[in-house]
Amino acid sequence: MMKTIAQSKTPEGKGMSEGVHLPDKTGHFGCFGGRFVPETIMPALDQLEKAYLEAKEDPSFHAELEYYLREYVGRPSTLYYAERLTKKLGGAKIYLKREDLNHTGAHKINNTIGQVLLALRMGKKRIIAETGAGQHGVATATAAAMFGIECEVYMGEEDIRRQALNVFRMKLLGAKVIPVTSGSRTLKDATNEALRDWMSSVRNTHYIIGSVVGPHPYPMMVRDFQLVIGKEVRKQILEKEQRLPDYLIACVGGGSNSMGLFHPFLEDKEVKMIGVEAGGLGTEIGQHASTLTSGKIGILHGSASYVLQDEDGQTLPVHSISAGLDYPGVGPEHSYLRDIGRAEYVSITDDEAVNAFQECARLEGIIPALEAAHAIAYTMKFAPKISKDKIIVVCLSGSGDKDSFEVAEKLGYKI
Amino acid sequence: MNRIDRKFQELQARKKPAFIPFITAGDPDLQTTKDLILEFEKRGADIIELGIPFSDPIADGPVIQASYYRALMRGTKVAHVLDMVSEVRRRSEIPIVSMVSYSTVFKKGYQVFIENALVAGLDGLTIPDLPVEENHDLFEMAKKNDFKIVCFIAPTTTDHRMAIIAENAQGFLYYISVVGITGVRDALPEDIVQNIRKLKQMTKIPVAVGFGVSTSDHAKMIGTVADGVIVGSAIMREIEKHAKDPAEKLIRYVGEFVGQMISGAKG
Ligand SMILES: Cc1ncc(COP(=O)(O)O)c(C=O)c1O
Repeated sequence: MMKTIAQSKTPEGKGMSEGVHLPDKTGHFGCFGGRFVPETIMPALDQLEKAYLEAKEDPSFHAELEYYLREYVGRPSTLYYAERLTKKLGGAKIYLKREDLNHTGAHKINNTIGQVLLALRMGKKRIIAETGAGQHGVATATAAAMFGIECEVYMGEEDIRRQALNVFRMKLLGAKVIPVTSGSRTLKDATNEALRDWMSSVRNTHYIIGSVVGPHPYPMMVRDFQLVIGKEVRKQILEKEQRLPDYLIACVGGGSNSMGLFHPFLEDKEVKMIGVEAGGLGTEIGQHASTLTSGKIGILHGSASYVLQDEDGQTLPVHSISAGLDYPGVGPEHSYLRDIGRAEYVSITDDEAVNAFQECARLEGIIPALEAAHAIAYTMKFAPKISKDKIIVVCLSGSGDKDSFEVAEKLGYKI
Repeated sequence: MNRIDRKFQELQARKKPAFIPFITAGDPDLQTTKDLILEFEKRGADIIELGIPFSDPIADGPVIQASYYRALMRGTKVAHVLDMVSEVRRRSEIPIVSMVSYSTVFKKGYQVFIENALVAGLDGLTIPDLPVEENHDLFEMAKKNDFKIVCFIAPTTTDHRMAIIAENAQGFLYYISVVGITGVRDALPEDIVQNIRKLKQMTKIPVAVGFGVSTSDHAKMIGTVADGVIVGSAIMREIEKHAKDPAEKLIRYVGEFVGQMISGAKG
């Protein structure tokens, strides 16, 4: 595990074709990424980048991170052969990477533990975060509680309604949840508000972004903290199957669980990667959040990437039943992988995701997060079309406990 | 010569600071915006900072956010804003800088954006979310066309960055008075005077101060240390207050408010 982060730093010039060593020094992945933020926070990004690069070289930082990931988060998470799902679909062999088994029930904590450790190294006294589904908020509040640091989480009012359970969990963990009432009252607006807070508090506050989005160094740093997913998968699948998988499938909101899974396999040409976006209710504007499959290059929240915007660069409304995917942007590295053709991106509708949510529960005894249900839904369409000797690894990014109310409502149950 | 440079030369000869009101284009509507610009000029404003509404302005507080939201809800488009600027140009030579998100500039393509801005009669842009490092070509193109890209300096800006920014700045430098977002404030931070003195030692170009300048006393204080006083949220709050009044009334009230701020700034 100590090598998880250190290994991503390899001599320049090797394997550049697939961009394994990106971002470049200025934080760009080809024409994506960069830093498009107000001057007030530019110095903080410089400071953060410097602190992170130092930590990355420091064995004691890795030892500490590894310790908490093992003892507190419960890593490594298992790579589980989904036998009944595989048989039912009648095609490729399906493995589920069980990020739902992590403490707090999702992959988000891999990143928040790393960033809180970094914040402490930088001497920051306060943590802020944005959250959509509430998973990142809970993971941040958890790490903050465990390390005894003050924490405030911005959350859109609409998401507060959809994810009441997570709001309560954050409060139990001692965090302050600040409702955001501007714009669409979802993840995008919570991110704006967190950035505005940071504009005022940057001298003593660290902002923990929850995905591989935002200005440099966030896309790189959050990715590095999530690489643990793919590194473990690599080791586990080699033990179980003595070979690498043929396909990696993961849902893409901002893109952190998928990037964590994909990145360690970028140089393995035989491994194909499929990112699954939220297709929502349909293809009309405002009905979906399929940034990579139907967006255009633009600037949002500090970086250049695919984004859903109108012709003036105004952010378009988005929809997904899954609060964690309900975001009009995506991490710049995904845009890069899309453009060089290294990864493919598809979308899954609300209904397909809800169906997969139920199928996974019935067939495997695992209730997946609605976000992860998108990845499973695509796998259900895809696996039957490919032969039985192929292997698919799906990232089960989180547990669906948080979504039970939302799905019950959708299915007409009263709880 | 660019209208902004000419204006600062003129003011420096008279030893007066520039008064720079900010208004959102299209709030309550573009006709009123145009009339307000002409009204502000009549009352002695020197340069107009014209905000092009944006859906996700992260450097802005609730007052400007709300005004952008209203303008967008009315269907204000970049093309309409530029048309309005051309109309102002038929009657006025007041320098106008547009504050615009890089999201918008990027989407249009920076060359196209600057070309259209020049044709409409804008004198420059402030792009709060574009650090100099991210698009040197844009700064080069602007320089070639004597079109001013006004850069920001914040209280958090390090000396190293200050030097880079001062080197690229054109027209004037925008000093952000507070570590924070735009908004109406009771008091201004104490480090302003010291920071502006430092900045003025590094560069010859004029320094204007904005963010949080809310009363004529603030304007007066800033007017004694800086070359320009920028007032935004306080004006937008007045516009919001009179949003339901007939246009002539709104223009008169807001004009009077700006008049008081100008007297403050110019002492
Ligand atoms: C369980 C789960 N999966 C996926 C996501 C989407 O984020 P990302 O694409 O960064 O992995 C979220 C976000 O909240 C989540 O909670």
